[in-house]
Amino acid sequence: MGTLNTFRAGPDETGHFGLFGGRFVAETLMPLILDVERAYNAACQDPSYQSEYDYYAKHYVGRPSPLYFAERLTEELRKDAPADRGAKIYFKRDELNHTGSHKANNVLGQILLARRMGKTRIIAETGAGQHGVATATFCALFNLPCVIYMGATDIERQAPNVFRMKLLGAEVKPVTSGTGTLKDAMNDGLRDWVANVENTFYIIGTAAGPHPYPAMVRDFQSIIGREVREQIMEAEGRLPDALVACIGGGSNAIGLFHPFLDDKEVRIIGVEAAGHGIPTGEHAASLTGGRPGVLHGNRTYLLQNEDGQIQDAHSISAGLDYPGIGPEHSWLHDSGRAEYVSATDAEALEAFQLCSRVEGIIPALEPAHALAHVGKLAPQMERDALLVMNMCGRGDKDVFTVAEALGVKI
Amino acid sequence: MTEQSRIERRFAALKAEGRGALVTFVTAGDPDPETALELVKGLPGAGADLIELGMPFSDPMAEGPTIQASSLRALNAGMTLAKTLAAVRAFRQADDDTPIILMGYYNPIYIYGVERFVNDAKAAGVDGLIMVDLPPEEDEELCLPALKAGIHWIRLATPTTDDKRLPTVLNNTSGFVYYVSIMGITGTKAVPIDHVREAVTRLRRHTELPIAVGFGIRTPEDAAAVADTASAAVVGSAIVDAIKAELDEDGKAKPGLVAKVLAFVETLSNGVRSNRAA
Repeated sequence: MGTLNTFRAGPDETGHFGLFGGRFVAETLMPLILDVERAYNAACQDPSYQSEYDYYAKHYVGRPSPLYFAERLTEELRKDAPADRGAKIYFKRDELNHTGSHKANNVLGQILLARRMGKTRIIAETGAGQHGVATATFCALFNLPCVIYMGATDIERQAPNVFRMKLLGAEVKPVTSGTGTLKDAMNDGLRDWVANVENTFYIIGTAAGPHPYPAMVRDFQSIIGREVREQIMEAEGRLPDALVACIGGGSNAIGLFHPFLDDKEVRIIGVEAAGHGIPTGEHAASLTGGRPGVLHGNRTYLLQNEDGQIQDAHSISAGLDYPGIGPEHSWLHDSGRAEYVSATDAEALEAFQLCSRVEGIIPALEPAHALAHVGKLAPQMERDALLVMNMCGRGDKDVFTVAEALGVKI
Repeated sequence: MTEQSRIERRFAALKAEGRGALVTFVTAGDPDPETALELVKGLPGAGADLIELGMPFSDPMAEGPTIQASSLRALNAGMTLAKTLAAVRAFRQADDDTPIILMGYYNPIYIYGVERFVNDAKAAGVDGLIMVDLPPEEDEELCLPALKAGIHWIRLATPTTDDKRLPTVLNNTSGFVYYVSIMGITGTKAVPIDHVREAVTRLRRHTELPIAVGFGIRTPEDAAAVADTASAAVVGSAIVDAIKAELDEDGKAKPGLVAKVLAFVETLSNGVRSNRAA
């Protein structure tokens, strides 16, 4: 793949990024998947769809989000670095979006599409609750009934988001199959969709699932990277040297990365959740610790055993606790265009506290994984190097989890 | 496939007999490999005309709670794809006539290796495959290798498969067509008989293959009504429920499980056989 002219052309017309992606779904869903694809392609050609998106992105979501020079974190990480080292760190502040994460970018795009298709009922899966909250929010705005599937385990550890969704008028359905986490919620979302295919639109929360979802979600999230390009040119007059983002399914990461894929001088780094550590087997790092397989409509790297049974992921962050990853990341990994590393629960907790203390920004546990890697990477980079990290969510939802992990009673 | 396959022979014989088939579904290895094999071996004697054997998968996205749970029981009891194939081999030693169709999800086969799987499955005596998550758009994955190896590829048609899509679905389908009678997952809704009649008539305009109908068939009366209209009635969740009813508190098989489940299968079979016998 070294001879590719562009890394931005995928997927092909059958929804494949090289080996990855595809449409591995039940026949009941196939006609609808094809419908979604047709409707999305038509919408992309329709300026009124884009202008509607832009209107709500600006006035309701609050875009563009700032690109912020994290000066104190930069200084903090320079303390232990050699004199000429310690990159300038910028945060892309997508945690300032309405609903508190990057998820709104995607839900807005999909719900406008659902309306164009005449769908009258919305379903979604959620892990940390960020996607569920974003979906419930837009359903309230557009007056559409909303059912959110959420693993019973996650309901317990993300109680504030569960209550938020209910306030917003959504029905939250606890999923007890499997381990009651994100993968099981996605299974039940697909089961609901099969049964209600005529009136229901499934708003998938990450850049995974059957084609056209990985491409469609990436397109909606790419607003992040497009804004960063403009903002960094304005601030520094040049492109960044490195991009860092956390990866569960990988939608915030692909949104930041995609507009930069053909800028070869920009290092691109995704950070998976290493949970208790890769060697323990209790982690959520599909690329580092998994291998290609087929689940939830696409071929991608998966955590699985030697018989092809999917294994449970583990991460302190419910949003990264998924045994798969978006297919485009699998392809970027195999093609070598992007690097994928991991950070443990403990490292993320450290970074969570550091960022709160020195920047006054309480990050979500998901981008705290990206921050943990920034803490390793920035001190190795030149002093005038530019590093952009996607602060894709805020940490209000996580304060209870973190308190518990630190042994603090609140 | 120049010579008639087991599936073709079986449907030809049933046509001559003037009745529809009973297709019984159980999950391989449920509730444990030994009990499951004994049960499968007993199915033809209880009146099953074809056997659909589920390959357990951790994330069966088209299944309702009943079959999800059976899949998990089997996996917890140590079932694997290799053991499923071994069970088919063991069955074939005593029965070379009853068709066996494996039903499941692609990932375990993908990990086992497609070429290795189709060769081993053919050698074990597998007659057909029903793969939930491999639509025609992904035929190069497993459908074409399976057909090449002489294994039937049985496709699901659903209420959402309209006349425009039906030819796509029927292309590369062989053995029989499996019509999913409801929109939804297994074991959750009752079979709508009037709709089935309409759907079968519509399908027959497009294909000469036998048409099996499944999802929501729970009683001998359902089975009889469906088999009267279609070429076969598939019963799954009701049989799996009968297995579940014979488990102790620890989820282990109680003594007599096999006999009780086979007795239930016999009532279904009597329903199907009551149809055109007269």
